[in-house]
Amino acid sequence: MEVDSILAQMEHPVIYTSKDFESDQDVRWCPGCGDYAVLNAVKKVLPQTGKRKEDIVFISGIGCSSRFPYYVDTYGMHSIHGRAFAIATGLKITRPELDVWIITGDGDSMSIGGNHLIHLCRRNPNVNVLMFNNEIYGLTKGQYSPTSHVGLVTKSSPYGVIDTPFNPPALTLGAGASFVARTIDRFSAHLQDTILEAAKFSGTSFVEIYQNCNIFNDGSFENFTNKELKDDNTIIVETGKPLIFGKEHDKAIVLRGHQPEVVALSDVNASNEWIHDPTDFVKATLLAQFGVMTDFPRPFGVFYAKPRPVYDEQFHSHGWVAKDEDIDKIVAGKFTWDVG
Amino acid sequence: MTNFAPTNIDAMTMTEKELSSVVIKFVGDSGDGMQVSGNLFTSTSALAGNDIATFPDFPAEIRAPIGTVAGVSGFQIRFGSEAIYSPGDNCDVLVSMNAAALKSNLNTLKPNGIIIANTLGYDAKNLRLAGYPADADPLGEAVGQGYKLIQVDLTKVAKETLADKGIGNKDIERGKNMIALGLVCWMFQRPLEKVFALTEMRFGKKGDWATWNKMLIQAGWNLGDTLELFDSRYVVKPAPLQSGKYRGIAGNEALALGFIAAAHKSGLKLFLGAYPITPASDVLHELAKYKKIGVDSFMAEDEIAAICAAIGASYGGSLGITVSSGPGIALKTEAMGLAVSLEIPLVVCNVQRGGPSTGLPTKTEQADLLQALFGRNGECPMIVVAPGNPKECFEMAFQAAKLSLEHVTPVMLLSDGYIANGAEPWRFPSMNDLPSIEAKFAHENSPYQPYARDENYVRQWAVPGMKGIQHRIGGLEKEEISGNVSYDPDNHQKMVELRQMKVDKVADFIPELQIINGASKGKLLVLGWGSTLGAITTAVMDAFKQGIEVSQAHLRYLNPFPKNIENVLNNFDNILVPELNSGQLAFVLKSKFKVKIVQLNKVKGKPFLAGEILEKIIEISHGS
Repeated sequence: MEVDSILAQMEHPVIYTSKDFESDQDVRWCPGCGDYAVLNAVKKVLPQTGKRKEDIVFISGIGCSSRFPYYVDTYGMHSIHGRAFAIATGLKITRPELDVWIITGDGDSMSIGGNHLIHLCRRNPNVNVLMFNNEIYGLTKGQYSPTSHVGLVTKSSPYGVIDTPFNPPALTLGAGASFVARTIDRFSAHLQDTILEAAKFSGTSFVEIYQNCNIFNDGSFENFTNKELKDDNTIIVETGKPLIFGKEHDKAIVLRGHQPEVVALSDVNASNEWIHDPTDFVKATLLAQFGVMTDFPRPFGVFYAKPRPVYDEQFHSHGWVAKDEDIDKIVAGKFTWDVG
Repeated sequence: MTNFAPTNIDAMTMTEKELSSVVIKFVGDSGDGMQVSGNLFTSTSALAGNDIATFPDFPAEIRAPIGTVAGVSGFQIRFGSEAIYSPGDNCDVLVSMNAAALKSNLNTLKPNGIIIANTLGYDAKNLRLAGYPADADPLGEAVGQGYKLIQVDLTKVAKETLADKGIGNKDIERGKNMIALGLVCWMFQRPLEKVFALTEMRFGKKGDWATWNKMLIQAGWNLGDTLELFDSRYVVKPAPLQSGKYRGIAGNEALALGFIAAAHKSGLKLFLGAYPITPASDVLHELAKYKKIGVDSFMAEDEIAAICAAIGASYGGSLGITVSSGPGIALKTEAMGLAVSLEIPLVVCNVQRGGPSTGLPTKTEQADLLQALFGRNGECPMIVVAPGNPKECFEMAFQAAKLSLEHVTPVMLLSDGYIANGAEPWRFPSMNDLPSIEAKFAHENSPYQPYARDENYVRQWAVPGMKGIQHRIGGLEKEEISGNVSYDPDNHQKMVELRQMKVDKVADFIPELQIINGASKGKLLVLGWGSTLGAITTAVMDAFKQGIEVSQAHLRYLNPFPKNIENVLNNFDNILVPELNSGQLAFVLKSKFKVKIVQLNKVKGKPFLAGEILEKIIEISHGS
């Protein structure tokens, strides 16, 4: 009893390990799927958030990744395709004290749920979005997705994809997201750190997670994970640090005017040095474009994190406070008359 | 009953006639303020103790081209010293501001009825805009047909009344609706001080306009007094209404209040997810006012988000509701399936309008019944209820919420454009009068199986934050009791049956079907549902007056049906089912019961006229 009350007074009274978040369900993703790594990372992050299990909710849409809620011992809803954002918004408005996570994929969030995603970003409720991007429809067995690259041959694009893919960080930044990050299933420490940053951020945190589908789109992110290739093709952005990359740690990205440029590290000087500042929206939008600019490394990390008013706080939902008399008054309206 | 035929009395001698029921229609351009005149006259009639029914009829366009038939806006009121069930088929008095209004409404004026016409509205320009030939004289023709014409230059009177007030001409001209109102108040001997009090209430916040409008009304009244336009004034005595406190209520407002009352009685927050759509938006407008007491009103990015947000709120332990109309309901279909599969409370309101597709946004129809009953993928039963008039919108919204919370399952409420905007006096209840609502919550730290059920097949509602009973639910088929995902064939069969049994079991908790008029056995039962209640009741009353034996019952619960429905139907040789669709309830009744169904269907975007139903009643009575 005494211990309980002492614990209740502590700021983070609940001490969990990742094991505490294991549900009783068998995980049924394909062996080798990148989703396992994300699940493990989330289970490691949750104990660090200080939230009680019963106050955490995972809401997902449809797709391989959306099975996620079944595998975490919190509250959870595996909902319908693309709508997790809307369901989570309603839940968060009415229960702002809950810790709400949205699990989605590239098809779920960029195609069928695209409208809800952009409106989530503009409203900015305090929720965390983990977008598993495998650049393919996995659960429906291998059609191209809105993030599949041009030319990809799939069952539904036998002549190669001609649709220009979405750029998720650019899309969400454009929609007003206050936290935008990218990580990848294979960088387990980075994955955990990024998810923790997202969890700590107050407002909508959007995390794009490159996640390999080893069945239908294997090797899609090979350039960023292959030991030989990754150092030249990726750059980890960290607050307060310059944008340096390369196998030999000898390349940097600088700004010439408004134009980013890859230069030799030796060419960096005080006038062109780019120090990562996640509160700089313009630079965040430039980082987001690296993905579609040739000869630029793919950036990972928190592109943008700048708090702004949080929707569920502004909504100011509160409990039902009316008394009988109040409702009687409302029902009576402004104009009444007596008969008899 | 009503007779405005010219009398033989010397025109100089003012007589007074008592009438038991009168229908007045104010018609004009959509900017002419016909709704304001109509509403104020309605309130004065309420204060006079009359029973009332009103029906506004406006164009889909906000401001259609001035003077055209497309832009005609109307407000119909029926008031009486007898019980009033509907706004009336045809009018006794047509207050018509322009030629277009006359053109589109003259066919609804009773023989010998009165036309009050604004002279300026019938000039060459207005005739042209209304589509009359240049040499037409529609008012003269109307007189030739026996209508009584009171022609006044309302615009001129308005200008004289408000001269030297420093008001722009355009604003002054808009005052003609108030002159017309004053004139009608004079005709029906409405005490001016009460009309003034109501005017102040309506315009109090608009500064001088309260005073100016009173002057205009007075001027209209004086016209009646001095111009000897009429040979009679009329009296409509108070109706034998049940004593108590009354207010006027329109269906959409009643829906909003019903949900507020239900939330209050259940002790839960009310969450509305909505997207603007005609004719349902007023429910959103109304609920948006009550943030301070705990109503969360969320305007979503689309219809799907609106219902999904409501589902999210319900999942969080609030009373989640969503309100829309046909096309919006179609978009919500998949999410309704999710709510049925999750088995959580949710109320979906469909304020029906003419369909298919965008259809007739401002017109009424009952053609979404089968959609409500069956329009989802899979075996997907929802409770379906339907109010019959504006007052019942309150009651059925309350009932829908009560059933949804106590049976932890989604409910569809079917209103329509006719009762959404129609209004009538309402002896409103106090919170003490309403039944309690016990939402069926799970308990913290107790053994919890998400899909275990009680004797009514109802599962417990566990919401995030409840300790020790974390669990996962979703739209995939669930194993009975545990709720784990299951593709087992026998389990699926069983879950389909359980979800159906749960909805069927609701029949134990709803009122039985009552014969509301006539004998409990006989040749003919008129069975309606939804907004046809008023027209059917009027028709049945008229049939009684003609000595025709007929009975009436009205369905407020469409799924499940009241338990005794088959017994009730079996007592009649013929069941007449009037519907504003092509026979949707009839289709269901025919598939379920071996009774003789006679259909009466109308799909014109307009409510039934009582006369249309009466005609069918007479036809069946004579035929059998």
